[in-house]
Amino acid sequence: MVRFVVRRLLLMMSIMLVVSALTFLLLEINGDSVVVKVLGPYSTIEQRNIWLDVNGYNLHPFVRYFSWLGNMLTGDFGESIRYRAPVIDVLLPRLASTAILAALVFCVMLPLSIIAGVIAGMREGGGVDRAISLVAVFTTSIPEFASAVLITYIFVFKLGWFSATSAMQSGFDPMQLALPALVLIMFGFGYVARMMRASMADVMDSNYVRTATLKGMPFHRVVFKHAIRNALIAPFTVIILQINWLLSGVIVVEYFFAYKGFGALLLEASLTQDIYLLQACTMVSVVVAVMTQTIADVGYGFLNPRVRVT
Amino acid sequence: MSSIPQEPVAPANVEVDSQAAPRRIRMPALLYSPVGVIGASICLFWIITSIFAPLIAPYSPTAQIAAFQPPGTTTANGMFFLLGTDHLGRDVLSRIIWGGRRVLFYATIATSSAYIVGVSAGLVAGYFRGWVDDVLSSIANVILSFPILVLYVVIISTFGSSGINIVLAVTFASAPGIMRIVRAVVFDLRNREYVTSAQTRGESAMFIMFVEILPNTNSLLVVDACLRLGYTTITIGVLGFLGLGLPPPQPDWGGMINETRSMALFAPYMIVSPCLAISSLVLGLNFLADGLRESSSL
Repeated sequence: MVRFVVRRLLLMMSIMLVVSALTFLLLEINGDSVVVKVLGPYSTIEQRNIWLDVNGYNLHPFVRYFSWLGNMLTGDFGESIRYRAPVIDVLLPRLASTAILAALVFCVMLPLSIIAGVIAGMREGGGVDRAISLVAVFTTSIPEFASAVLITYIFVFKLGWFSATSAMQSGFDPMQLALPALVLIMFGFGYVARMMRASMADVMDSNYVRTATLKGMPFHRVVFKHAIRNALIAPFTVIILQINWLLSGVIVVEYFFAYKGFGALLLEASLTQDIYLLQACTMVSVVVAVMTQTIADVGYGFLNPRVRVT
Repeated sequence: MSSIPQEPVAPANVEVDSQAAPRRIRMPALLYSPVGVIGASICLFWIITSIFAPLIAPYSPTAQIAAFQPPGTTTANGMFFLLGTDHLGRDVLSRIIWGGRRVLFYATIATSSAYIVGVSAGLVAGYFRGWVDDVLSSIANVILSFPILVLYVVIISTFGSSGINIVLAVTFASAPGIMRIVRAVVFDLRNREYVTSAQTRGESAMFIMFVEILPNTNSLLVVDACLRLGYTTITIGVLGFLGLGLPPPQPDWGGMINETRSMALFAPYMIVSPCLAISSLVLGLNFLADGLRESSSL
């Protein structure tokens, strides 16, 4: 087990290194394009040359990569062009607001979709199963931006229950979290519920559940004592990887509802070519993604010892 | 290892059954699955409207006729707007039809191109194994470790948004997932008797991979292709919505929503119809995938 965990951690490190090198190649390698973004298109050649010299862009790319990586690791992401402030100061509050949104989404979506999946998979092919599966396909088929539009249309314009934006201009307001969270929950619900249902249906088909039923155990005890615990193992990875998917989902939702979070910041940085901010956002999202993947793998290894060998 | 891609509607359901050979999909069997029939009809509807867009669409999608006409109005000179017109006076119905053509076209091209790359890589990795597999799999691992939309946003904003860049970005981001599925099936199929006998006959590796092995992966791949086509449609829509999609003035559904969403308060019909259009197409594809899955396991 220790060897398995260590190998996963080493793999995680190496993937992060490769991804950081790719990010560097994509955004940072060409000093001339960086300087245009920082100083603007109307800077003179001399200004650009001086800037490149002062900021070490004329050094060997290898040296530059490692000093860049070192800066990243110590949290020195450079200065945002747009906000005229250190990137880290811009980034942290945005990450915190996204964390709040994501936590809310998880706390509601996971229990809801797991329960729905268990109920549907408990009696495969039954009426309840059909109904839940149908709802699940519907909610995953509506892209986040479309459901955001439709939900806004219903709850804001028709019913007038919420405000259309979640910019939180006058302090934190939990009411403004409701619509963005609802959109994310709808899209994620169907996926997790379907996975849970498939796994539950598999387990209900297995020999030990049949044995338990045949020895006369009441149905609810079969479900609670034998089925659910094993049915939770397979979707575990998918559930953890939902964090990754949330990173994508928040870009759309935060943009739509003008919520001041990490996703909106990343989009803004890429649209305004705010290069250091964009680098930092990319690296943060990759680190989060790779870490959740490692947690999913290691956790799965704990739950299902058979995969540890490979 | 972590064999589940990050896309919400992706594989997972196409788990490889190591015992039974993947069965072929029998097309008539699809007719017994109501969900599959509904899905197929929705898809067919959009395919037909896209192909015959020049005949069906009442107006040009870029012609500026009369602004802010609500749905179902007839103007004084006898022009009828079933879904109304947008802020620039363009007919929404015509834009939906032409936009569907554009979205379907790019989604199909992008998904096919991802499939060509992914299937080839998967066949090669699964058939040759060894260092070839190691190299291809680690490339796939690295690409899959990016959160998918972050990858799209960074690629498109760096290289600019155009149809070809969207196709390349989708290929880059989804080929690794396809490769993993194909690779896993090939691992299972490569020891079958018909493969061994082809090897004994002295057939080339190319022949064995593409003629002997590939046709036997089809039921898994067809289901996956439907789901992926739906996901690519969503991706193109999302990019359009974020302002990184296919360039205007030609319509695409995501772009239509982005352009007119500031007027949603008094003219919601402008954004509601593209939303319904894209949701129905994705729903149709997901239903079709479900139906195909059911009928392949009959």
